[in-house]
Amino acid sequence: MTETALYGLCAAGLVGLGLFGLIVQPHPLRKILAFNLIGSGVFLLFGVVARRGAAAGLGGDPVPQALVITGLVVAFAATALAVALLLRLFQETGRTTLRSDG
Amino acid sequence: MAFDIVLVLLVIGVAVWTIAARDTFAAVIGFVALGLLLTLVWVRLAAPDVALTESALGSGLTGGLLLGASARLACSEATASDEEPGAILQLIAAVLCALMSAGLVALVLLLPQPAPTLAPQAVANIAATGLGNPVTAVLMAYRAIDTLLEVVVLLLALVGIWSLAPDRVWGGLPGPRRHADPNGLLTFIAQLLVPIGILVGIYIFWVGSVAPGGEFQGATILAAMWVLASMAGLVDAPSVSGRRLRLMLAVGPAVFFAIGLTGFATAGAFLAYPEAHAKALILTIEVPLTLSIAATLALLVAGPPERASGR
Amino acid sequence: MPSSATAGGFLLVLAIVLPAAGVLFSLVLGGRHAERIALGLMPAGLTVAWAIGATVWRTHSALKYYVGNWDPPLGIAFRADGLSAAMMMASSLLICGIGLFARGQFSTRPGAEQRAPLVFWVLLLSIWGALNAVFVGSDLFNLYVALELLTFAAVPLVSLDGRAETLSAALRYLLFALFGSILYLLGAVLLYGAYGTLDTVLLSGRIRPEPIAWAAVALMTTGLLAKAALYPFHLWLPPAHAGAPAPASAILSGLVVKAPFFLVVRLWFDVMPRLPEHAAAQLLGALGATAIILGSVVALRQARLKLLIAYSTVAQIGYLFLMFPLAVNPETGQPWTTAAWTGGILQAVSHAFAKAAMFMAAGLIAEALGHDRIAGLAGIGRALPITVFAFGLGGMSLMGLPPSGGFVAKAMLLTAAVAAGQWWWAVVVLAGGLLAGGYIFLVLARALADASEPLPLLSTITPGRQAVVIALALGAVLLGFVPLRPLELLQIGRPDIAAIEGLK
Repeated sequence: MTETALYGLCAAGLVGLGLFGLIVQPHPLRKILAFNLIGSGVFLLFGVVARRGAAAGLGGDPVPQALVITGLVVAFAATALAVALLLRLFQETGRTTLRSDG
Repeated sequence: MAFDIVLVLLVIGVAVWTIAARDTFAAVIGFVALGLLLTLVWVRLAAPDVALTESALGSGLTGGLLLGASARLACSEATASDEEPGAILQLIAAVLCALMSAGLVALVLLLPQPAPTLAPQAVANIAATGLGNPVTAVLMAYRAIDTLLEVVVLLLALVGIWSLAPDRVWGGLPGPRRHADPNGLLTFIAQLLVPIGILVGIYIFWVGSVAPGGEFQGATILAAMWVLASMAGLVDAPSVSGRRLRLMLAVGPAVFFAIGLTGFATAGAFLAYPEAHAKALILTIEVPLTLSIAATLALLVAGPPERASGR
Repeated sequence: MPSSATAGGFLLVLAIVLPAAGVLFSLVLGGRHAERIALGLMPAGLTVAWAIGATVWRTHSALKYYVGNWDPPLGIAFRADGLSAAMMMASSLLICGIGLFARGQFSTRPGAEQRAPLVFWVLLLSIWGALNAVFVGSDLFNLYVALELLTFAAVPLVSLDGRAETLSAALRYLLFALFGSILYLLGAVLLYGAYGTLDTVLLSGRIRPEPIAWAAVALMTTGLLAKAALYPFHLWLPPAHAGAPAPASAILSGLVVKAPFFLVVRLWFDVMPRLPEHAAAQLLGALGATAIILGSVVALRQARLKLLIAYSTVAQIGYLFLMFPLAVNPETGQPWTTAAWTGGILQAVSHAFAKAAMFMAAGLIAEALGHDRIAGLAGIGRALPITVFAFGLGGMSLMGLPPSGGFVAKAMLLTAAVAAGQWWWAVVVLAGGLLAGGYIFLVLARALADASEPLPLLSTITPGRQAVVIALALGAVLLGFVPLRPLELLQIGRPDIAAIEGLK
């Protein structure tokens, strides 16, 4: 198995694990963590694609690498917004449930 | 190759720990560790720019954000565990996710050989940008509009976070007041690290035009230093309505837009750079941009205003 | 490198730059100026959008712009065909109307900066810029960034009043939206890995019917469906749209939820026209049909007006996805010439106007009465006749009664269903119309009933705001005068499947 296929496997595993965590865990902070895990998996997949595109004297295709950097920044902003919403919800209600009861 | 196998096993193991850990605090620690392992992975994948961003942003700032949140939410753990779905549903979810992973693995193996790539085009055109780092060329020249829109996305997330403040503290200061303990360990570490960190951040930004680095990596390090200093009580948060703060946030994207618009006249298109001055223009954009991104990232960690400002 | 833009291509850039510049100026100059900047930019943005429409119509071809003079696949292109132009023109009108309406609620008083007005005007401008970026974007990753821009601008509007229910609704909205984005990105990775480009035009030439392409499109479509709140991903929408302030609900239901639908259309008809998709299209149609029936039935059972209107949005979104099984004509292979293409887009536009008018009317009613319980609406028809009339006009479009844009849209979908031999969609369209009639009449009957005692109005509603509401509702009605055949504007710039070229 080549090195990139190995990391592709790793990426697929991260996506699957993150998705499982997202579905199964009720606490919103754990869901946010799970999202970041899926995101890491998707970015890693970009990285595998970049590595496979090594050419013209470069170690990897710079376009997907740049896309990952952009994606990491956007993912951080999303995490920050989600955490802020969650903390404010907790401040207002003392609970973190997302179930629309009461 | 053996190193890669060990690394992948560690990554998957830590990821399982992050999902399976009972306590949220432990899960966040796992997540930070995962970020550091992924930094190694990026180095192995010949992507040093990404490695820098992952370690500073994905691990550092995100980890700090999540640790702070899990500390404040610690008492909500007990009620949340009641809502966990039953064992059967967990099993179904596990099977579905396993199938999804297997499908992705199959697709990765089906990727075409030789892989299509834009590396030759990126290298062929880099002379026109005056840069030496192809990733920076993609971010600041070929796909500059993505970077510009992304900075606006960052600002919007900040406005969204600020909107969560109660009306009475609008315009106030984010986060609690922390007082520097002159004999404390944190204060000592901060006083030592922050000046070094600032220098490192500036260096990594500056060198990004020719070597791995760039404004996002540098800005993240600067933001992390501010967060450290703020946690140690060395600096206090600025009022979110302060004119200077608002200018600092807006100057980066504003200069980016302005130079982009001048591209209409000088090079025939929005965000085009005339070849003779490309590098100078890009640096002119990057300096205020790094400042703005650093301020935005730091404020994203700080959160919505919680204390009314002194005025 | 010579500029490869078509004449007027810079208008596409302006459509994004103007709102973004407004956001930056509003942040720096502070809250008091945000409203003025937003209202000042609206005529400019309106002009740009209609100039784009006029240029597309006049030249009968799509506008194109290569940002930075870099050609795809290395660079990013903006493209505006007839479909983009139609959506941009509709958005500009709607945003202007919502801006005028919101002056009553979010006016900025002199003095210290206030939270809600600053946030509202900044986010309204951001939504406008993000929508334009979605409508002209031609690069899948650029579209991802535009979608995130749209999400971050929309979510805080839901929780603007700071109550616990809206905070919870906003968080759920954000989580669904992020789930959608990450699936979309996963599909985009696969497409880049397989074909080496993310430009939609180049991809349409390179894509082949193979597992990786199917998986990528399936992932991206699922992600976009979650953002568009199509059944079964609809649970986040009713509390979010009902909890937001009225002008925000108007833009959320009117346009924000249509942008992911627009991208599914781009994906299916632009990027992968060659992939056999009949089974998948039937699945999309089935989900749409379920949304229509389920959404309408649940709407009938609502006690609160804003929740009823929000569930109605869930139902009307279902009509949009009936377009997919009907728009692919097996004989000619040209989806857009069939009535379903026009019907689907017309449904999107007329629903935007009608729903905006209805949400804004509900907002005025809630302001006047202090509540939005349907049972307590008696007498409001006498107190706010124009507002209730506007609500009724919007409802006509939802039901599909002539004259209204909704009637033309549903009639074209019906014709297409019958012509394609897929009569089951016709049954769904008719049933949906009946159910919509049910919940509209439910509200109107209560509103037009006489109150047992004189109605205490909590605040006076200025005629200006009522005028905006009736204008938007009339917009939905005016769309009914579109001729009952495929609209030529929407065909401009459609790539010919048979002759796809690589570049330029």
